[in-house]
Amino acid sequence: MKQTSATFLQNAHDAMLQPERSMNRQRLGTLMPQLRDSGVASFGDFDALRAHVSEVRTHTLDHLDHYLDSYVKQATQNGNEVHFARDGDELNRLVSDICQRHEARQVVKGKSMVTEETALNDHLIAEGYQVTETDLGEYILQEAGETPSHIVGPALHKPEAEIRELFLDRHDLGDRELGDAAALVAEARGLLRQRFLDADVGIIGANALIADSGYSVLVTNEGNGDLCANLPPVLIVCTTLERLLPRFADATDLLRLLARSATGQPISCYSTLYSGPRRDGEEDGPLETHIILLDNRRTDILASDYRDMLHCVRCGACLNHCPVYVAAGGHAYGWVYPGPMGSILTPLLTSLDESHDLPNACTACGRCEEVCPANIALPDLLRDLRHEELLAQLSPRRWRMGMRAHAWLLTTPGLYRRLTALAVRSLTWLARGRGSLARLPFAKGWSAARDFPAPESANTFMHQYNSLRKSRHGR
Amino acid sequence: MALFVTCLADVFRPSVAFASLALLKAAGCRVSVPRAQTCCGQPGYNSGDYRGAGDVARRVIAMFESADYVVAPSGSCAGMIVKHYPRLLEGEWKERAQALASRTFEITAFLTDVMPLPAGDRTPDTALTNRKVAYHDSCAGLRELNIREQPRALLRERAGVQALELEKRDVCCGFGGTFCAKMPEISATMASEKLRDTIDSGADMLVGGDLGCLLSLAGRASREGIDLEFRHVVELIHDHRSGQGIGAGPANGAGRQ
Repeated sequence: MKQTSATFLQNAHDAMLQPERSMNRQRLGTLMPQLRDSGVASFGDFDALRAHVSEVRTHTLDHLDHYLDSYVKQATQNGNEVHFARDGDELNRLVSDICQRHEARQVVKGKSMVTEETALNDHLIAEGYQVTETDLGEYILQEAGETPSHIVGPALHKPEAEIRELFLDRHDLGDRELGDAAALVAEARGLLRQRFLDADVGIIGANALIADSGYSVLVTNEGNGDLCANLPPVLIVCTTLERLLPRFADATDLLRLLARSATGQPISCYSTLYSGPRRDGEEDGPLETHIILLDNRRTDILASDYRDMLHCVRCGACLNHCPVYVAAGGHAYGWVYPGPMGSILTPLLTSLDESHDLPNACTACGRCEEVCPANIALPDLLRDLRHEELLAQLSPRRWRMGMRAHAWLLTTPGLYRRLTALAVRSLTWLARGRGSLARLPFAKGWSAARDFPAPESANTFMHQYNSLRKSRHGR
Repeated sequence: MALFVTCLADVFRPSVAFASLALLKAAGCRVSVPRAQTCCGQPGYNSGDYRGAGDVARRVIAMFESADYVVAPSGSCAGMIVKHYPRLLEGEWKERAQALASRTFEITAFLTDVMPLPAGDRTPDTALTNRKVAYHDSCAGLRELNIREQPRALLRERAGVQALELEKRDVCCGFGGTFCAKMPEISATMASEKLRDTIDSGADMLVGGDLGCLLSLAGRASREGIDLEFRHVVELIHDHRSGQGIGAGPANGAGRQ
């Protein structure tokens, strides 16, 4: 996937010009938080569970070597082949090698942000495989040639009418009509059912890996993950190291946080444990199973001050609650992960140089941190990235100089007082009795979209206050 | 106690600082206004300039730590001192920051939770009886300091105003300090949503506890030609009749008491 994070502002500008999609985002920006709130409210002590899971995950990451060792041992004993991939290319090669070994032609995929990260589809298609995304949203995007705008609801940006147009254009419909949303779903389901049956290899992700049993856990609302995992003869699970948890009970705790935070559901429609290949005497399940653990800089994150990001459960709550995400839309962020979590992960997994606008796409409103089921201090991490940006001199020079001058001025009160007095007098003079100014030469950013309210008086508070004190003492 | 004026009140809205002074005196405080104060340093801090913000923070701490209480007419500036100074500083300065943080309050919280205003010393302003007033929760006050009911209670009890609620009252207005200059278009979209929400609530006046949000919203309303009055909450609690709303023209002898 080609990264366009460097043009975040232009991407956002383009997105905000589309009225229907913008209104759709605003609607979801109200609806999704309502769903999450009702899901959390019906749970009882959500905060206690959140704190508990956070402790478990801190512990797991602190002892990652131990749990990884246990997981690999158990998973191998269960008949899985476990692979490690240092980066996206390595994961993609491992997958295509497996496909080649089985002389596969058709591949079906469950929704997996990890394989979005490695651009696996492009790789497999280039190698000549037919790849079908089977999550409805992902399928729609694949047909439309678009990328996900949300990590849970990848096609949330597409209005129903656009999807109808797409199916009318891409499917051989004959006499069938696509009257309502249910008809659209049925249309996709019919086509996908045959793809599941024809597939040689199924690829899914994982929401958790359980160290003491070697099982992986996946939740979906459509059941497509289970069909990908059980119908084709070969299953490949593509996931990452930080999904590890010690015990099954820890995974169930995590799933309770995840489902409520993502959609307000008490539990996702399908929660499945995958142990390994079909055993002797069993009638179904894959004959061969592989698990690929992708690093892609995650061990660097583990060793950095951004380690808490590895607690992220990919629920999307921070996206749904972020007013910048709602205004600009997920595509503006220009890579796989949008919103607050994406504005941290993108610089860490790609480069800050390519994405230095993203940590600035934040008003520090704190709503993401409030709802994050993993208790990640997202605004603090975003600010820390802005600090790094400053140290690396990635922000515009005039910003950096301005900031240095500002800090110096704030610690030089005599000059500060004279300059603010001058500024207030100038602004009052420029306003000439009007309430606000339409244009200001030194505040282009502000006056592009707003008038500039004039000070209410030609003198600062400090000036007025000091004059009052003097005149009182004079009496 | 010491009044932290805030840079925005100093420059744009002296009447907010004068109203704060008067309210704190009415609550029985002996108020000082440290003369060398400038700003809490939040713009630099949020832009990642930790070194510059640290210099400002140490200066503020040294200047204000002799006071029993520090009060600011802003959830954002009070939140900077309460939540972020201790995060920013190390060692002895961290301890001094924590000590100051425990004595620093946003003004409506202070006048409700710490030094309540005496009951019945002010009759509600009759000029407000026919106004429809909505309250805007600023994010820092709401989430860093848990300010939600205090300003509404003061409006009810001191100004006779039952604040209207916005549908998306916990959503940011798009100001975000330097954010609104770095990303003006996204910021304006967010401000427009907040203005729409305000109008939908039936309000003709929006009050809040942070001048940053109010100046930004007033500027956007003026650009969009939306007729709304914007005021800081202390203006209503103290004396509504001091001049015009934010961005609506010069005040008449603004704020002088």
